Amino acid sequence: MREGYAAVMPANAYNWVAVWRRNFLAWRKVALASVLGNLADPMTNLFGLGFGLGIIVGLIDGTSYIAFLAGGMVATSAMTAATFETMYAAFARMRAQRTWEAILCTQLTLGDIVLGELAWAATKAVLAGTAIAVVAVTLGYAAWASIIYSIPAIAITGFVFASLAMVVVSLASSYDYFVFYQTLVVTPMVFLCGAVFPVSQMPSAFQRVAGLLPLAHSVDLIRPVMLGLPTGGIGLHIGALCMYAVLPFFLSIALLRRRLMR
Amino acid sequence: MSTVAIDLSCVRKSYGDKIVVDGLSFAVASGECFGLLGPNGAGKSTIARMVLGMVAPDTGKMTVLGEPVPARARLARARIGVVPQFDNLELEFTVRENLLVFGRYFNMSAREVEAVLPALLEFARLESKADARVAELSGGMKRRLTLARALINDPHLLVMDEPTTGLDPHARHLIWERLRLLLARGKTILLTTHFMEEAERLCDRLCVLEAGRKIAEGEPRALIDEQIGCQVIEIYGGNPHELSSLIRPYARHIEVSGETLFCYAPDPEQVLVQLRGRVGLRLLQRPANLEDVFLRLTGREMER
Repeated sequence: MREGYAAVMPANAYNWVAVWRRNFLAWRKVALASVLGNLADPMTNLFGLGFGLGIIVGLIDGTSYIAFLAGGMVATSAMTAATFETMYAAFARMRAQRTWEAILCTQLTLGDIVLGELAWAATKAVLAGTAIAVVAVTLGYAAWASIIYSIPAIAITGFVFASLAMVVVSLASSYDYFVFYQTLVVTPMVFLCGAVFPVSQMPSAFQRVAGLLPLAHSVDLIRPVMLGLPTGGIGLHIGALCMYAVLPFFLSIALLRRRLMR
Repeated sequence: MSTVAIDLSCVRKSYGDKIVVDGLSFAVASGECFGLLGPNGAGKSTIARMVLGMVAPDTGKMTVLGEPVPARARLARARIGVVPQFDNLELEFTVRENLLVFGRYFNMSAREVEAVLPALLEFARLESKADARVAELSGGMKRRLTLARALINDPHLLVMDEPTTGLDPHARHLIWERLRLLLARGKTILLTTHFMEEAERLCDRLCVLEAGRKIAEGEPRALIDEQIGCQVIEIYGGNPHELSSLIRPYARHIEVSGETLFCYAPDPEQVLVQLRGRVGLRLLQRPANLEDVFLRLTGREMER
């Protein structure tokens, strides 16, 4: 049995690149529509909440509300982009399009495919998150250099949420399951994790829960960088995010093996 | 390279209570075309997936191209080309892009793919379609592209799961011709099919399966001679039971399947004499084929 699991793990450090490049080629054909689709939602939130609520809220921790919100929206858009890419597009490649089935006939393993899909979803998260950051910088809410420093945090956020979504994919029997994950897990996280208002405004029990959630760690890494403030507990945040990326990754491979290779 | 391409020994697989592969053993020699013949649900596709390491057997041992499977199936797959039962081409990609993307799965560079591309397109008779989107190709063209894609890594072994199912006769003959060409080039083929004609035309040897169990194995001609060994008269349109008692003395064996009576007769003339003058009967005399072997072995016709 253990041998069976070993045979489906990533075979080497580079096999996944072929899967990533396949997805890149497919994306290139529809890039414009895809980029617009990914950006519209977080952009609406940023301006709608930023300008609308910003007037009522005033300053938060010494910065304008829209500047505070920018970091949260960067993290949120990375989360959403990676989640959706994995749940809908990767699920389609697994099921309807039979792309994975074709790849499994080559020298790639299931683990190589999953890793390639996660890397691709993280790439889309970087595109989406960085685009929001660029808009925020252009409007003067953050410094240009902050984008460079945010990118690694955005990328790991993408990996985390792709990895978690891959577990959902490995268990889902239809698209309907994704709605549950989206409404019960992803959307509450936006409000629990300090993306739109400071965690400190919530009751302490909720604050403790937030400390366990991955988006909170992403926000805590990205927002200070964008506001030019010192970041506390970098090691803790990166460690927590790495755990959220790696454990679901292996779990999803094991679950997908049971699903696809029986 | 060992002379045995695939070796299965006492392989068993069940899903819950349902036994899909039941103590199956066979060996495929390098350079031969070996057929797995049986009705839908006989376990053919499961066996093909096992050979590729995509299904782990419950018990039994499997070696493919010298590698233990499924433990080292990846190394075997590096030298295998697969034609799956259902097309899984990239519909939005062009023919060329499909081959490029698939070549990358075998760690081939774009240059390496470009180098083999003309020969593959010629083999698949798709020279003029290199830059056409796959979605625009006909069913036969898609199948030929799938075949070309399976050859991109210059495999030693081809695993084909029902390669011509769903194709019209013309497209099917073209695929058969291409497969014979591959065999002439020394490739080994494992072919699953429920087409008797396909098995008879292509396979050097075959294994007849029913419910995951091997019920016969051998060369198609030898199986037919061994199991039937005489002419067949198919009789439609009478009372099969009445007719069968009439002709029984002249028949070696009689099978009734639905409303058709199959009479296996060493001397068909005598049978025809008995039936002369009966109205409403339709008779067809023909040489025995694998269909008869299957009917003989299982007591029923192949389902399609």
